[in-house]
This record gives sequence, structure tokens and C-alpha cells, in this order.
Amino acid sequence: MWEYTDKVKEHFLAPRNAGEVEDANAVGEVGSMACGDALKLTLKVDEKGKIEDAKFQTFGCASAIASASALTEMIKGKSVEEAEKITNQEIADYLGGLPKEKMHCSVLGRQALEAALSNFRGVPLKEKEGEIVCECFGVTDLEIEKAIRENNLSSVEEVTNYTKAGGGCESCHDTIREIIARVREEELPVVRPKLSNIQKIRKIEETIEREIRPSLQHDGGDIELIDVIGNRVLVAMRGACAVCKASEQTMKNFVEIKLQELVLPELVVEEVTE
Amino acid sequence: MKTIYMDNNATTQVAPEVLEAMLPYFSDLYGNPSSAHTFGGQVAHRIRDAREQVAHLLGASPEEIIFTSCGTESDSTAIRSALDTGDGKAHIVMSRVEHAAVKVLCGHLSKRGYRVTEIPVDKEGRLDMDRYRESLTPDTAIVSLMWANNETGVIFPVEQAAQMAKKRGILFHTDAVQSAGKIPIDLKNSAIDMLSISGHKLHAPKGIGVLYLRKGTRYAPFLIGGHQERGRRGGTENVASIIGLGKACELATAKMVEENTKVKKLRDRLEKEILARVPNSRVNGGGSERLPNTSNISFESVEGEAILLLMDEFGICASSGSACTSGSLQPSHVLRAMGVPFTMAHGSIRFSLSRYNAEQEIDEVVDKIPPIIEQLRSFSPFWKPEGQVCASGT
Repeated sequence: MWEYTDKVKEHFLAPRNAGEVEDANAVGEVGSMACGDALKLTLKVDEKGKIEDAKFQTFGCASAIASASALTEMIKGKSVEEAEKITNQEIADYLGGLPKEKMHCSVLGRQALEAALSNFRGVPLKEKEGEIVCECFGVTDLEIEKAIRENNLSSVEEVTNYTKAGGGCESCHDTIREIIARVREEELPVVRPKLSNIQKIRKIEETIEREIRPSLQHDGGDIELIDVIGNRVLVAMRGACAVCKASEQTMKNFVEIKLQELVLPELVVEEVTE
Repeated sequence: MKTIYMDNNATTQVAPEVLEAMLPYFSDLYGNPSSAHTFGGQVAHRIRDAREQVAHLLGASPEEIIFTSCGTESDSTAIRSALDTGDGKAHIVMSRVEHAAVKVLCGHLSKRGYRVTEIPVDKEGRLDMDRYRESLTPDTAIVSLMWANNETGVIFPVEQAAQMAKKRGILFHTDAVQSAGKIPIDLKNSAIDMLSISGHKLHAPKGIGVLYLRKGTRYAPFLIGGHQERGRRGGTENVASIIGLGKACELATAKMVEENTKVKKLRDRLEKEILARVPNSRVNGGGSERLPNTSNISFESVEGEAILLLMDEFGICASSGSACTSGSLQPSHVLRAMGVPFTMAHGSIRFSLSRYNAEQEIDEVVDKIPPIIEQLRSFSPFWKPEGQVCASGT
């Protein structure tokens, strides 16, 4: 059984604004029976661009009904411009949160709102632009990219929770993984501060002192920095490390990884034997 | 609030007689049945009795009964044993509507070099016997077909299917988790080689199962260890639960008639009244031979989880084949295999009764369901009051 907040239950058991606005001038319909949830939003926007009335019709589970109910409450009385800024996360927050597997319900709300506002402006919604990635639920690459950006998603599972993509036959999981990687790369340009040689050496020394030596000393060993040539870090193992059969492992899996992580990813650690 | 429990295919109440029979084994009779002393040895005697009670329900010999931890373990043991002892045969036949214990296992095996054929069912959930016959090949190591479906209660002709497998020298396993205790099973006069049951579906506790293994059937154990279960399943016996299952089987044998008269009558009335009171509803698999306790009803244009949660407000417990309740995003694989349209599949509710249900509970449920469906339909975009579903919904 899903763990729903009291607020979700409240909106599910007594939905606000269920039905259809009779003289609606903005209508948004998203989802389908096949997908398991659908939402039709009808709005009445006055001359000043204020949302006077909002109603919903939903086919879906408790959280889909609650999300739709919450959305109508949130947008009533708001201007079109204000309403437009509402994110799916805000719909979920309004309800005190949704189970992560149910986040797609809030996304559906956001999509219905977008569709209704486009309809109001007389701009046809750029529907299903892009390539279908998930055949089972008809989700495009653009929709997936958008969900990744807006909700900072990083795994296929999260993408499925938010968009349903990948929740059927799972054959698109590789494609979704590629999209995640692409978006992450665009989003997080790797900014590498250019280090001067002296800065690099100082940072390596600091890292060894703070992050590496204490662990080695704990096991009765030690490490000494001999030299830094380009990105080659020459070290000597001391104490227990010098005679330890696993010292090469320690160097590659611990020392090198730490230095790459904290100083420069290109660093290679080499052991010098005297 | 009183609980009205109609989810007995998920799990059942432990019968009071079963609990009573078990209790001494948590306190005074804690001995290990393998011990040499009388204190432990007396427990071994009681296990022997329980084994006889189980064998009696299934029409088997006691030595053909292996106690396991659950239905899933029994299913896994049976299928893996057949593959391990099958002289390199690498083909498995199952139906498209198997329980996850078989379906997911076979999916897993198919990624490890085994070939799996899934036999389809028709719109009433009946097995395609022609396709089944064609699927049996010299390379087939095992057929695993459920006796009765957990979601719809539809019964497969397992005996006929087992005969066909036997003729070709193929091992036949049936997952009888839902049918044991509900319909008569007689393995003495049968071609079935292996059969799995689960205690908690017939008023015994959770955590106990049985694998029936026909005498002379080649076998490789799944849990290897001590000599328990004559070396066929290592691990110290779950004594109290074995005693409980024995008692539950004895009760099931005695109550078999009641199950097929009283329980069936309650089920039929529940079904008839709901269909009469709720327009655009239907019984999935209703045209097939079914278990006496199960009814899978679809309500057009509404979603199952929402129905369940509104029922929950009245303490009514049932299940749904909708996507949202399964934790997956697609409705039940059973209903999809039957070609139940999406308009119906998402709004399916499974009621599964037991001998502990009463007439007034049926009254209560048939009173509560129609307004629940009406309420959800009142704001469903697919529901048209005149009873027609719009085109986009089909």
C-alpha cells in the first residue's frame, strides 16, 4: 500500500473542483486510458488574464486525483503568468509530497496546465515533438529531457517515476541512460580550475596529509611524496605499507582515487622503490 | 471499524484450530525432530502426522511431501530440479498468466540460456491447448502451468496437460497454490509429477509451503544441507508451521464441500448483485471454469487503486489488477494476456472469499460498491453518463 500524506488523502476523499467549467475558455487534456491516467483541465480566464474558475476530470489513482484537485486550488485566482510558473514539484509540495513512484501524477498536472494555457492563448501545443523513446507509454526524448532538467533526475528509475518512460517493456532503458548522461553533461560543464605547478604540488601534499596519511598510519603504514612530474605523482610507501602485499591495491584504489577526486582527475600515482 | 476481508487469494486468516495446534511447539515442545532423545523425537512423530494430513488433502503418499518455506520456494525448486536433472534439455513451457514465482523465475532463466515458451490464453483466460501441444518438443525439460489463476480464479485443465507432457517424457509441475483446499486434488490418479502449495492461502500461517514430488521423479534439491526431508530439502524443520499446515489441510479436507457450496454461493451473489447494480461492469474470466471463491470484476472508466482506497474507508479489503496498485505502470499481465481492454483492465477489482465470510458482509459490500464507482465516474473524463465510453478511451 502506498504511503500517502494526510493532505493527499484529504484531496482524494473530497476532491476540490471536480467536474467541468461550463463556459471554459482554456481546456487541456493529457494522458490516456492506455497509460493508466488522464487529466482534463477546464479553466475560465477573465479579461484581465486571471483564472476565475478551474475544474478537473481525472481517470487515475488516488494521487492522480489528489494532484489534479491540488492543482485547481493552486491556480484559482492566479494570473495566467503566475500559473504558468507552477512546477510539478510545487504540486507535490502542496500535497506534502508524493511517493516517488507517483511523481508522474504531479507531472501530469503540470502538463495539463501547460496544455490548457496554450489552448487559452490559441497557440497549439507543440505536441509530442521529438522522438518517441518509450513506446509503451508514448514518451518522447524531449519530455524525458525536460523532466531530468526540472527535477534533477539521475537514474532510469527516477525518470520512470516522473514520466513513466521505461516502465513497460524496459527496452528503452539504454536510451534513457544516454539521455540522462547527455543532459547531465550539458548541465554540469566540468569546470576545472587551472592549477599552476606549485598549486598542484601543494594541493597534493595537503590531500596526502589530511585524507590519506591518517588512514595509512592507522594501519601502521605511511606514505612519502617524492616528486611530481607533470601528472605523475611519485610516492614511496613506508612502514607496514612498504612490506604489505596489498600496497599496490592501496595505492591504486585509495591513494590515486583520492588524489584524482580532490586534486586533478588526470593524476597517476606511481610507487618509487629505492 | 469492522474489517470485511475479501482478499483471501492474497492471504488468509490462520484458522483458530490451526493456531491452537501450533502453540505448544512455541513453548513446551521445542525439541529438534532430528534429535536422538525422546523429547525431540516426539516432535518428529507429530511432523509425520502433519505430513499424512497434507498427503491426504492432495491424494498423495506422505513420502511424496516435502516441506518448504513457501510457494515460491516450491516453484523454484521444482523448475530448477527439472532443469538440473534434464540431461541438458533447455526448454521450459509455461503459460502467459503464471504467478510471479514462476513467471519471473523463467524470465531470469531465459537470460541464462534456457528457452521459454509462454502459452497464450483466450479472452476468458482459458489455455490455448493447441498451442500447448505444439510447444512440447524433444528439448522440453519441464512444463509449469498453474492449476488455478490467482487473479481470475480460472482453472486450467492441468490433468489433461500433464498427460500430454507425460506421453512425451516431459516433467510436469503445477503451481496449485490457489487451488489446494478449494477444489479437490487427487494425485494418486494423475500424471502430475510435481505440485506446489503454500500454507497461508489455506488458513495456515505464512512461511510454510509444500512441494509434492511424485515417487520416482528425478530430483535435485534446491537447499542442500542436512538430511531433513530425506535429504531433499536441508534446514531444520519449521515445526510449528508444519503442524499448523497439517491441521489446515485436515480442515480443508473436511470443509471442501462447504467451500464449493457456501463460499461459492456467497461469491455468486456478490457477483450477480454488483453486476446488476453497477452499469458497465463485467466479470473477467466469468465464462470459464473458476475457483469457487474468486471474482474479478472490472468497472469501466475508473481506476482500481482509487476504488480500493475508497473501499478501504469502509474496511473492505480486496485487490486490484490496476497498474497503480501493482507498483508497476502497467495493468495486470493476466488481464492483458486475456486481452481485457484498458478501459476495463485498470478498473479491475478482485474479491476472494473464504469460509469465514458471511452473508451480511456480502450485503455490506454490494451496498457500498455502487456509490463508490459512481463517485469516481462522476469526474472521470472517459465516463459518459449515457454509458458510452468515448473513442479515445478504447
